[in-house]
This record gives sequence, C-alpha cells and structure tokens, in this order.
Amino acid sequence: MASVTVNGRRHPVNLPDDTPLLWALRDELGLTGTKYGCGMALCGACTVHVDGQPVRACMTPISAVAGSKVTTIEAIGTDHVGRALQAAWVDMGVPQCGYCQAGQIMSATALLRRNRKPTDAQIDEAMSGNICRCGTYGRVRAAIKQVASRTGAGR
Amino acid sequence: MSAPRADVATERAVVLANLSRRGFLQGMTALGSFVLAAGFPSAVRAADPPKYGADGMPNGWVDDPLVFVGIAADGTVSIVCHRSEMGQGVRTGMPMIVADELEADWKRVRVVQAPGDEKRFGNQDTDGSRSTRHFFDPMRRCGAAARTMLEAAAATRWGVPVSEVEARNHEVVHAKTGRRAGYGSLAKEAAQQPVPARDGVRLKDPSKFRYIGKGQIKLVDGRDMVTGKAQYGIDTRLPGMLYAVVARPPVYGGKVVSVDSTETLKVPGVLKVVEIEASPAPAQFNPLGGVAVVARNTWAAIQGRKALKVIWDDGPNGSYDSVAFKASMEESARKPSKVVRDNGNVDTAMAGAAKKVEAEYYIPHLAHAPMEPPAATVRITKGKAEVWGCFQSPQATRDLVAKRLGLQPADVTVHVTLLGGGFGRKSKPDFGIEAAVVSKAMEGKPVKLTWTREDDLMHTYFHTVSVEHLEAGLDAQGKPVAWMHRSVAPTLFSTFDAAARNEHALELGMGVINVPFAIPNIRIENPEATAHTRIGWFRAVSNIPHAFAVQSFVAELAAAAGRDPKDYLLEVIGPARRITPEALSDAWNHGESPEKYPVDTGRLRRVVETAAREAGWGRQLPKGRGLGIAAHYSFVSYVASVIEVAVDDAGEISIPRVDIAVDCGATVNPDRVRAQMQGAAVMGLGIATVGEMTFKAGRAQQDNFHTYEVTRMSGAPRETRVHIIPGDYGQPMGGVGEPGVPPIAPALCNAIFAATGKRIRRLPIRDQLKA
Repeated sequence: MASVTVNGRRHPVNLPDDTPLLWALRDELGLTGTKYGCGMALCGACTVHVDGQPVRACMTPISAVAGSKVTTIEAIGTDHVGRALQAAWVDMGVPQCGYCQAGQIMSATALLRRNRKPTDAQIDEAMSGNICRCGTYGRVRAAIKQVASRTGAGR
Repeated sequence: MSAPRADVATERAVVLANLSRRGFLQGMTALGSFVLAAGFPSAVRAADPPKYGADGMPNGWVDDPLVFVGIAADGTVSIVCHRSEMGQGVRTGMPMIVADELEADWKRVRVVQAPGDEKRFGNQDTDGSRSTRHFFDPMRRCGAAARTMLEAAAATRWGVPVSEVEARNHEVVHAKTGRRAGYGSLAKEAAQQPVPARDGVRLKDPSKFRYIGKGQIKLVDGRDMVTGKAQYGIDTRLPGMLYAVVARPPVYGGKVVSVDSTETLKVPGVLKVVEIEASPAPAQFNPLGGVAVVARNTWAAIQGRKALKVIWDDGPNGSYDSVAFKASMEESARKPSKVVRDNGNVDTAMAGAAKKVEAEYYIPHLAHAPMEPPAATVRITKGKAEVWGCFQSPQATRDLVAKRLGLQPADVTVHVTLLGGGFGRKSKPDFGIEAAVVSKAMEGKPVKLTWTREDDLMHTYFHTVSVEHLEAGLDAQGKPVAWMHRSVAPTLFSTFDAAARNEHALELGMGVINVPFAIPNIRIENPEATAHTRIGWFRAVSNIPHAFAVQSFVAELAAAAGRDPKDYLLEVIGPARRITPEALSDAWNHGESPEKYPVDTGRLRRVVETAAREAGWGRQLPKGRGLGIAAHYSFVSYVASVIEVAVDDAGEISIPRVDIAVDCGATVNPDRVRAQMQGAAVMGLGIATVGEMTFKAGRAQQDNFHTYEVTRMSGAPRETRVHIIPGDYGQPMGGVGEPGVPPIAPALCNAIFAATGKRIRRLPIRDQLKA
C-alpha cells in the first residue's frame, strides 16, 4: 500500500498509484483545504508544497510523492512566511469568495521563501498560474508586498 | 460532516430564537414561482397593487428578531445570515446591520447561516445585486427590535422607566444610578418581553452607526478562508459518503440512446452507474440527464466516466454552430423588427441628419466559471432528504429536490455552504437535483456529486450571445438627433419557455431600452432569436452586451463629431433630471418602484465627472497609451470607469490603471464595495479580452482554462482606484455585485481607440490588435 507524508504525518493510502494527490488529500485524508479547480494544472487552486516546492496536486500522482513531505494550506501557518501571508490576507481583505485563496497563499509562500523582495514582474510571474475568478489580484499583490516589506520574508 | 452552519434553533442556549414564532412580522406570501425570482415587479394580477423591491420577491422579507437573533447566557450573540455568501461579503455585511442596531459588540457576534426556508427568513435568492438594498431596512428593524427588548428587560429588572435606560456596546446602562447589565445576563428576561411593534421600533440615527459604513470589520470567514477551514459545497464530507460525476448529453436537449458501462465497472473504486432522466428543452432548472458514475472517491468516478461508452441522441440542437448563428443574428439585426421603444420620429430625423453613423457589435456566449464548480451532497433517510451545497437559491433547491424525490418541501433540508464564486450559475439548482436522484438510486446513501471543470464550462447556463446594431444621425454641429438600436440575443427565458424568442422586459431593461439620453428621436427594436443552448443569467446579464454597444457607439459618435468622448458622453446624457422608467418604455426597472428609483441623470453625470477627474482625464500620455471612458446604470446603481491602456508594438495590451466611480447610494461595508468594483474590473477585462464560448455541432468547444481563458494576474490592472460617491441612509440603496462589470469592456475598447485609432466591435479582442 502506498503512503504519503502530509503535514508531518505519514498516511497509508489504499488507492491506485496514479491517483492524483489532490483526490487523496480531499477524499481519503479529509484535507479539503486544497481545492479542485481544473484538474489540468491550469488554475493553481490545488497548489501544495512538496519538499518546499509548489506543485499542482491535481496532476501529481501519489506515487510521485512517496518519499516526500507534502505541506497543505492546513499546515502552512506553521511556516512564518505562510503565517504572515495568512495574516496579511485577512488584514487587507484579500478574499472574496475565498475558494482560490489557499492556492494563492501556497504559491505566494513559495515565492517569498525563495525571493525576499520580489519585483512586480516576479510576483506576476509566480502568481499567474493561480486564477481568481473574483478578481482579487490587486490585493493579492499588495498583501505579498506588505509581507515582503515587513518581514523581510527570508528565514 | 462537521455541519458548520447548523440551523440557529439547534444551537445551544439561543434564548431569543428558541421562543415560538409569533405570527407577526411575517414575510409576504409567495408570488409566482421561483423562476420569476430574477426580479420582476410582481404586478401580475391586475387587482393587486404592484409590489416592488423586497415586497415583490417571492416570500418577501422578514424582520423578526426571534428569527434572526439569538443571545446566549454567556453574551454570545448569534445572527442569522439568510443570503448566500459567494464573495460579495454578505455574511459580514448583513449581520453587521443587525449588530449595529442591536448595539452588539462585534467581537461577541457569531454568524449562523440559514437553511433554505423562505417562509421563515424571507427571500433567499441571492442574485440581482439585491441583498443589501432589499434587507438593509428589515435587518435594521430586526436589530433595533432586539435592542428594544433588551432595554425593556433591564428597565423591568431595575423598576425604572424604559426611557431612562440605554443599550450601549453589549450592555444596557441606567445612567442615573450607574447600573449596567450585560446582554448575556439579560437574554432570558429579554425573551419574555413582547417583540415591539414595527412602527414603534426606534432606529439609530445614522450618525450613531458603529459598523455600518465604517469599514473596520474584517470578513467573518476571512480566517477560515486562508487556513483551509472554510467549507464550500465541494468540501462536504459525511460518514459513508459516495462520490459521483455525470456524463451529460453533449448537446442541449439531447438524451442517452444506449450505455455500455462494462469498462466503467472495471475501474477500481467504481460502484454503480445510474441513468438520470433527460430533460427536453426547455430544461428549466432540471438536470440535463445522462449517466452518473458512483464511486468510492471522486477520481475513481472521473476515471469510470472516461470509460463509459454512451451513444447520444443529439436532439434538435445538434447543428448549433456559433459562426452560422452569428451570421443569422447579423441578418436579423439589419432588418426592421419589433419596436420596443419609440420616441419622436427616428426615420425623419435620420433623413434630415447631416451625418449618419452605423456600427454593429458582437458579444459571444460566456461561461461563469466560478472557481468552485457546482457540487452538492444529498442523503435521504426515512423519507427525509438533507442537501448540502453551494446554492444561490436554497428555496428553489428545496422545492425542486422535494418534487423530484416525491417529498414535501418540509421534508427537505437545504444547508447552504460557502459558495466558491457564483456569478449567477449557482442560482440554478440542477446540480442539487442530480445529487438527489443519485442518492435515491443508492438507497439514500450520502452522495456528493461534483461537476468537473469540463462539465462546468460545457454544460453551464450560458450567458447569451448578442449582435447589437446601432445607427445614429448627427446634426451639423455633431449633436445626435436620432438613435436606433436593434438588439438581437436569445433570451434567458428560453430556458423556461420554449416559445420565447424576444428579449424579455428584464433584459431590455438592462441598458438597451432605458438609455437615458437627451436625444429627441429614439427607437429601440428587438428582432427574434432562437436559443440553441441553455441560456442563463451571468453577473450583470444583458447589461454586458448592451453597455458594450451603447458606450462604444457614443464614443464612435464623439469621434465622428470630432469631440472629446467624455464631454460628448455628458452631452448625450444631457442635463441632470429624474426620468420615470415608463418614459423610457422600461416596464421592469430592476423590480424597483419607479417613484423611489427613477433614472437620475444627475447621478449618472456625477460618476462620469468623478471618474474622469480622478483619472486625470485629458492628461498627456506616451505613445501607445490611451484613456477610455464608459458609464452605465444597472441594478439601480450608477458606475463610470476610466481605463488607461497601453498597447505595445506587438499589439499586446496591458492596463496601468482603472478608475471607477460608483454611486450605489449609502454603503454598509465600503471595503466590500471597493472589492466588488476591483473584481468587476478584472472580470470585465476578461470578457473584453479573452472570454468566449463557441459551439460546433451543438457542442461547446471550450472545456477548460486553456481554451476558455479568464484574466490572470499578469493581465489584471496594475492599479484599480474606486471612488465611492457618498450616499444618504435615508435614500434608497443600489446594487453593488454586478454594476461594476458593464462599463469595463467599452471603457477598454474606447481606450484602445484613443491609443491606436483601432475600433473594436467584436469581443473578445484576443489578437485583433496584432493584425
């Protein structure tokens, strides 16, 4: 039986190897914070971290993360960048419907962890894989910049 | 399932709400069916006086504090939100109104989502940009009545006249003696007090508002949304739950001829295949039919569906083709047709005009594409059904699930989750009915039915497709003397009435018939058009094509007259005046009273002037940049947008800045008004630049975000400034969720014209600037 390590816990999963991580998280492990949006890595709603790197869980088979550490939105608050971004999101009223915001925060956390002071172009590049149909992009950008300027982001 | 939003009555120690209902403060009785919930004036029966606003909606409004407010012994105040949260902030805004009048400390307020029950809560159809304008007054009265009961309880306890006590920030104070009592300690005694008569309730002076209009309150769901705890329709989990997806007829009105599920049943995790009865057109809110695959998880269901071998009968719409249909609409748009408004004599004025201008605009089908696709869960136990889902209209869901299952509505409970976007799609409860059918076929076991993105895009209730043909005559000074607009679009009423061929009053009243222009001769025509797919309402509905055409054409006339587009627009709007909708042949008026809500050109002028001033209209711009302006009246609000565009040598567009002026009357939560306008700018830009659904052989051709594009961060404005015109709480309010969308596409195309001299008449722009 395959297993996945999610948010520091190892879970055996009785699913075919090609099952996308997204559905293992949502349907088997009950971690519904990671969202389905397209199933084709086009919208970013399902973004999680695998060994610290942002990946689209909808196109990542569970077999590909067997020896890796998966972090989801439910645990990103244990990372100080993730936690700062969550706070900025709330403070600046970023979410509208909120559905895509887990993916946005996962992408933004990955961005700030590798780049303390991203330029506008770097923010756009890192975040343009995450669709927000409500159109919160302006506030997403502003919240990322606020965290970058206040925390210095780096570890 | 964690059942995050239980009915208020089931909550612990909710003292006020546990009292029996007292027949007073009842909502209006049902008028017509939910199909009419798109917002008609309800002057259906000649004998009845017409009803407007919330009074005109099915089940009207309720302002009973016993329904909406509960106070626990520890002082926690529970406030029911009966409207669906889909990003507009209603779960924050609506309870804020109650809390303010109640003098509740917001930190001690919790929000409880109402189940679908309009008899109890009033109308719950969350569309038409109506929540705040219809429920501001009832929610104020509700909070004030509860506050009055708390004051009466304290006065009784202390044996002092009620006039000597005052509720202040979660306690009642007797200033003379310095006595104070917290709301929690008073809750039980307050519940013994009579609910005050509506006309005896003292409302706060707006200068005393603590929360309304202030903007310091954070979203009630904000924290849950950023930590993954927020529960959307797609997130429902129940013990023993099964998962389903549906293969639907690829063509609207089609049906299954035969199914071979041999391979499907071999897919690990697949349990069963269930046929769902087809609904011939008009499908109304019924499922389209098809074949459901039930499995142990969503992925297995999707894999099982891929393995299905279905032979379909495409039915009468199998030849629907967007290219051919555009040509047929253009043909209709060039011939005289049904006149729906006629002022003066357009033909005479046109014949005598110094200059004639003519233009035709095309706006394609769109799909709502909420980030959360439709999803619902149903469980049936002992003749009772429970439904969980992202519903904009929980009462319609309740009624139709009951009907399909052969139950009474009272036997169906609809739990409303958060909606991951709605935009009109989730007003239609077909997905809830599908889940009910499949649960029934699985002996009532809980079934979560999820639409994939492909399902969502290819089987939505599409925004209509339009050809807008305009002609105008200008006098020697370039002033318009004649205006003729022929609007062709399949009506959304075709989804309810197979015979519907013309735009309904509701659609005409969205900015084609009710242009408030100071032009002496105006004729509006509406040729017939036949729908070949399932049409529905999409955020801002027919205002999108109408505003695009009208506001582009005004700018074209300005160019023909050699005038500044902003000055010309103001001249076409004419002097400040209040026009009765009847004078514009508008029988709908967004369902609002013509006396309370005339078309006010002074307000329209003011948003134009404000947006232009704030955007620095007339400023010098580098090569390839331009400013465009557009204004539109919709959902009884006034919005003008100025867009600055940059078009590079390769024809790529970017948007340095958008300025939006909005007059929606007084505001409850100004930050959410700003958020709605900012979001509308992004959605409007997507409509203008990339959004298009097309059909070939009856089949939708775009199936995911690589073929149906929406605006991403890279295409979003660098800056969107929102300028809210201050309002008066004594005056009627306007809508906010939708009115920001219509001016965006024309403002952009007018800006592109200013930047490049190229006029866009067909949306989306896509690569039209690259030629």
